[in-house]
Amino acid sequence: MSETAAPISAPEAGVGWSARVARVTSAMRQTTLPVLGVLAALVLIWTLACIPMNAAQSVLDASRAGETVSPEAASERRGMSALALALRNPGPAIAHAYTQGRPRLPAPHQVAGALWQSTATVAPTSAQSLIHHGWVTLSATLLGFAIGAGLGIALAVGIVHFRVMEMSVMPWAIVSQTVPIIAIAPMIVVVLYAIGIEGILPKAVIAAYLSFFPVVVGMSKGFRSPDAMQLDLLRTYGASRPQTFWKLRLPASTPYLFASLKIAVAAALIGTIVAELPSGAQAGFGARLLAGSYYGQTVQIWAALFAAAILAAGLVGLIGGLERKSLARMGMRP
Amino acid sequence: MSAPGTEGAVVTARNLDLTFQTSDGPVHALKDVSLSVEPGEFVSFIGPSGCGKTTFLRCVAGLEEPTGGTLEVNGMSADEARRARAYGYVFQAAGLYPWRTIGGNIRLPLEIMGYSEEEKARRVRQTLELVDLGGFEKKFPWQLSGGMQQRASIARALSFDADLLLMDEPFGALDEIVRDRLNEELLSLWDRTGKTMLFVTHSIPEAVYLSTKIVVMSPRPGRISDVIDSPLPKERPLDIRDSREFIEIAHRVREGLRAGMEAA
Repeated sequence: MSETAAPISAPEAGVGWSARVARVTSAMRQTTLPVLGVLAALVLIWTLACIPMNAAQSVLDASRAGETVSPEAASERRGMSALALALRNPGPAIAHAYTQGRPRLPAPHQVAGALWQSTATVAPTSAQSLIHHGWVTLSATLLGFAIGAGLGIALAVGIVHFRVMEMSVMPWAIVSQTVPIIAIAPMIVVVLYAIGIEGILPKAVIAAYLSFFPVVVGMSKGFRSPDAMQLDLLRTYGASRPQTFWKLRLPASTPYLFASLKIAVAAALIGTIVAELPSGAQAGFGARLLAGSYYGQTVQIWAALFAAAILAAGLVGLIGGLERKSLARMGMRP
Repeated sequence: MSAPGTEGAVVTARNLDLTFQTSDGPVHALKDVSLSVEPGEFVSFIGPSGCGKTTFLRCVAGLEEPTGGTLEVNGMSADEARRARAYGYVFQAAGLYPWRTIGGNIRLPLEIMGYSEEEKARRVRQTLELVDLGGFEKKFPWQLSGGMQQRASIARALSFDADLLLMDEPFGALDEIVRDRLNEELLSLWDRTGKTMLFVTHSIPEAVYLSTKIVVMSPRPGRISDVIDSPLPKERPLDIRDSREFIEIAHRVREGLRAGMEAA
């Protein structure tokens, strides 16, 4: 039985260069390679899928360029499935799949190109810039996330302390999430406009509507995570309810807080984008998606989708970083 | 059984009853328990599980409400005594907050009770020395062994210097060797501080080694079947456990336990 402290050595202490190289290599083998492998497989599937998906236009382009295609009559081709068309004209289908202006499925390099062009080559303030649209969406997302997370935590505090609140609030919170956001978002925009609220706030309200729920659920669980013994301990000190909250329930809920914030921030982004669709917004990822679909600009749609996904990943990653920092500061076992 | 109602007793229980209403019908956790504990005594409660020893301790702590009889702690009701912070309680698990350092854990009751900053620092240092954990103030609980964590939890219970220490199988989860050592340290701690100890255990040697008074309890319903005043001297090296007196007391405890089981 060791009565001494567990050894706490600095991670790098006493480790030679070759051992470090070996560890980095093994970490790469264990994580980096599988991640890259999955990514490569996805890109490959995507690239291959472009051939049948874009076959109709590819074959049309080939026939206009004077190549022989089968069947030769455009009227016969119209009724055929894309896959059959690609199989009967493999050459033209492959050759013309990746260069179309409005492909059904844009190729990876087209989306990447559009992303690059709309972020790096235009002024960040221009209507063509995804940075401009991203900022419009991000600001509403962050405002909505702040409202939603604040509301969620406040409701969870109430639910944990007042039994009647759990019975009266929780069912409505659940009901609120069963209504499709796409159905309720236009109504919120209209109602808020009627009372003179427009601009960023309606979008933020819809973002908050989606993001408060995971926080309520997560934090009511988190505030209740201390076991009976820990609560009894505070009773033996004659601690008050606020003291029990600040000294025990709140710190114990930290891991739950970050887990629910990650879900909430992604939900807030989705809420904002959905809110931008019906509101006739001039800017934002939602507006960009809508404009793209009006004009059949599939590349633009996909570029906006990817930009939104990258933004969401960045936000979730940011909260993950905060989580690691705070848990480390709280001395949680690494 | 010692006569209840003695003047100046720390704990006085008279005909204490506690019945839990469960879905399978009432459970008599305590029935007609009378006991008096004098200041400075070391009282062990021993018995099989379900005999009510922990329940009795929780009643003294004001964590359970007896359904019958009277219970006084320091001349007050148990609940008043709890609010007056009359006792320190050590649970079976150390239950240190993982997000607080050892020092921070010991500071917790002091923060709740509103001690000044200097007083907090002084008491943390002092109690850490008392349980031989000086130098571990800045460590987090996971960096300590189980035995050290339990010592830290004893320090936490001692930090606000209540005269009564309630311990619910504090060493139950530890191995024999660590347990022996902590028993020895606990005795010396008791000797130095002069506190009154109520100690729940299900180890006969532990009860006999530590106590000035051993309360043997039996289950269904939970009740006291024997109270043994130990003739052992206050000075107790570990090898006292091989002495004749020790073996005789242990034998009497065992008899008491057996009689209680047969009666049930």
